[in-house]
Amino acid sequence: MEAKDTIPVISRKVALVGNPNSGKSTLFNALTGLHQKTGNFPGVTVDKKTARIKRKFQGKIVELHYTDLPGTYSLYPKSLDEVVATTVLTTDGNEDKPDLVVIVADATNLKRSLFIAGQIIDFNIPCILALNMIDEAEKADFHIDKDRLSNRLGIPVIEVSAREKRGITELEDLICGEAPEPAYRFIDSSNIAEASQNLIKKEINSELKDYQALHKAHRLFELSAEWNEKLGAIGFSPTSAQAEESLLRYGIIGEHIKECTGKKAERPPLNRKLDKILTHKYWGYVFFLLIMVIVFQSLFFLAKFPMEWIQAGFEFLQTLCIAYFPKGILTDLFVNGILSGLSGVVIFIPQIALLFMFIGLLEDSGYMARVTFIMDKLMRRIGLHGRSVIPLMSGMACAVPAIMSTRTISNWKERIITIMVTPLMSCSARLPVYTLLISLVIPNEIVLGIFNLQGLALMGMYLLGFISTISAAWVISKIIQAKEKSWFVMELPVYRMPKWSTIFYTIFEKVKVFLFDAGKIIVAIAIVLWVLSSYGPGEEFQKTQLEITILKTNSVGTNDGTTIQNIKDDKSFLSTNDLELKKLESKKLELSYAGRLGKFVEPLIRPMGFDWKIGISLITSLAAREVFVGTMSTIYGTVDLQTRMKQERDPETGKPVYTLATGISLMLFYAFALQCMSTIAVVRRETKSWKWPIIQFTFMGVLAYLASFIAYQLLK
Amino acid sequence: MTEPLDNLASLKPGEKAVIISFLDEDLSLKLLEMGCTPGEEVEVEKIAPFGDPIAINISGYVLSLRRAEASTVQIRKIVLDN
Repeated sequence: MEAKDTIPVISRKVALVGNPNSGKSTLFNALTGLHQKTGNFPGVTVDKKTARIKRKFQGKIVELHYTDLPGTYSLYPKSLDEVVATTVLTTDGNEDKPDLVVIVADATNLKRSLFIAGQIIDFNIPCILALNMIDEAEKADFHIDKDRLSNRLGIPVIEVSAREKRGITELEDLICGEAPEPAYRFIDSSNIAEASQNLIKKEINSELKDYQALHKAHRLFELSAEWNEKLGAIGFSPTSAQAEESLLRYGIIGEHIKECTGKKAERPPLNRKLDKILTHKYWGYVFFLLIMVIVFQSLFFLAKFPMEWIQAGFEFLQTLCIAYFPKGILTDLFVNGILSGLSGVVIFIPQIALLFMFIGLLEDSGYMARVTFIMDKLMRRIGLHGRSVIPLMSGMACAVPAIMSTRTISNWKERIITIMVTPLMSCSARLPVYTLLISLVIPNEIVLGIFNLQGLALMGMYLLGFISTISAAWVISKIIQAKEKSWFVMELPVYRMPKWSTIFYTIFEKVKVFLFDAGKIIVAIAIVLWVLSSYGPGEEFQKTQLEITILKTNSVGTNDGTTIQNIKDDKSFLSTNDLELKKLESKKLELSYAGRLGKFVEPLIRPMGFDWKIGISLITSLAAREVFVGTMSTIYGTVDLQTRMKQERDPETGKPVYTLATGISLMLFYAFALQCMSTIAVVRRETKSWKWPIIQFTFMGVLAYLASFIAYQLLK
Repeated sequence: MTEPLDNLASLKPGEKAVIISFLDEDLSLKLLEMGCTPGEEVEVEKIAPFGDPIAINISGYVLSLRRAEASTVQIRKIVLDN
């Protein structure tokens, strides 16, 4: 405890760099645990995972600022993700520029990992080479002499296994240690495009190392018109310079490999067998479909139980509040505004967690790459890329991260089409809307022995989303013209047992983002709605309000008559007073600001079978689809929405409002309409113009209106 | 001299070859970075349903690429004559 304030504190920025599939994220998780945060790199929407950790080391406190850079194969970027990694590593003065780089290498695939390692060494950035997945290399009997490799490369080399938490403490010690610059360069690049290097050194900085100057020439040639001309004039050819560099590097890598490793690692035989089935011309697709069926059936049924608990919990909380809080406007706001809205957020968590668990499992096991592989030919027919499968499948969770993940598609046209159609895939925000409506209008029956009809209906909605995505992509690909080349070059990683802790971090992160980002909006809207539905213009509203108060004071039978939600389902128990109260409450809502807004749009949505109450929900869920459920709860002032909606009758005809026709029509509307502010915002960011989000919003809106209109008119 | 060059797309699964050169400059940069250097041995691992893309075994890992891309890679087949 003595002399605590004299302990020196050192601050150090550490970046993790490596190929995709090198286990970089797992290592990042092992190093940082729950300290990590997700943000954005300045100016772009590429996810930036960071963590700040304090660690005692040799009598000092080292404050480590970790950044996990997007996976990249080289410092010559070909996609937006790679641009970010390159910019952070090579631009002077950027806030993320690391003091130390941990190069994460796949020990079973050392050769290719040494490529980016060599570039970082030549850039003269202090670095450590972490031979990750060393356990797998050992199992495959692939030996690496790490001391010899370290001597040859001039940087520390350490064996780790992020999955087995092996060598993590030793790596942390290295990270906190000296962090010297590499002892020598990896290749001699002084002869590559020498004239250009000299020009850069002369005009920009004479202190630059050969490779730094060469790399700068490449970047400036691409990014600056002035330099493009200057370098072009002295005969700089980026293609041949880069080819020359790559060949030189692999020449050196070949020598290192020969000197430092044993026999070549063979691919595990199990992998070949798995691939044979999973990419088989029939079984491959059968398996893919099977996986999808399992995902959606369990999504519906596994999530059901925690969702019921959450609902019961909120109902209990509301009853408690009504019983013990003083009666008045604040309690009413809290119970019917905030609590209802909050329950609409929390109820999502089981489904979101499950969906990201499945996506995480598919991604981490290496199966997703096989899906890309077997789907590319089909995807290309409709103008997409094999890589579009991943955004489209992620679109089933949420279009926002899905659209961000289109950055791996380097071809502009394929990327734009993927962005345009991804929101048509059924995202998790539609799930609560579907869940509610399906349980209202589709009977809970078993068909064909094992299939639940409601589960099938849900799958049908997802299938519809998929089919409309495909069709829209095909149509758009015929409209947009582009000549740019499209590439597919991609690694098929080795199958691996997914790591539960990695999946857990993903789930944790996604749920957190949802709770705080979407949750904020939903609760805010819930409050606005409560205000809109609790107040209204004109005398008639005041009169109704007064009548309700009078009736409540005189009422007998209900526990204290504060709200109508305590009225039991069984109609025989309803006293005349209760019925009268219910009518008045409904009249009050109709006369409120919200009601008037709903009434205003009613003529427009009548042909689709919607009344003004649904109208209110359509308006509020423009912010986000899931707001629909919350709005309905607020409008009906209950968390037991299902029972309440089943009772809902048309005031004129006396028939149930939520018939099959209305239910289907409403589901179709939600399937097609772009009811999501976040998606609009992210499309604007990713395409850098308002043109695309506007086109998208319009075409999806027209589709939604037509589909709902036709369905309702046919079914009613 | 020797027989004319084949391209990578013409190989059948299980056939091996040595990379000689590239016809597409831009694509070659990407392939070089991924370890497809001249002199390197490749083996066609499998071909996707509908005949496209293909997967090759190169320097200890599996790389997939489209048939059109593979056809820009010139190779010399390794014939195992017993």
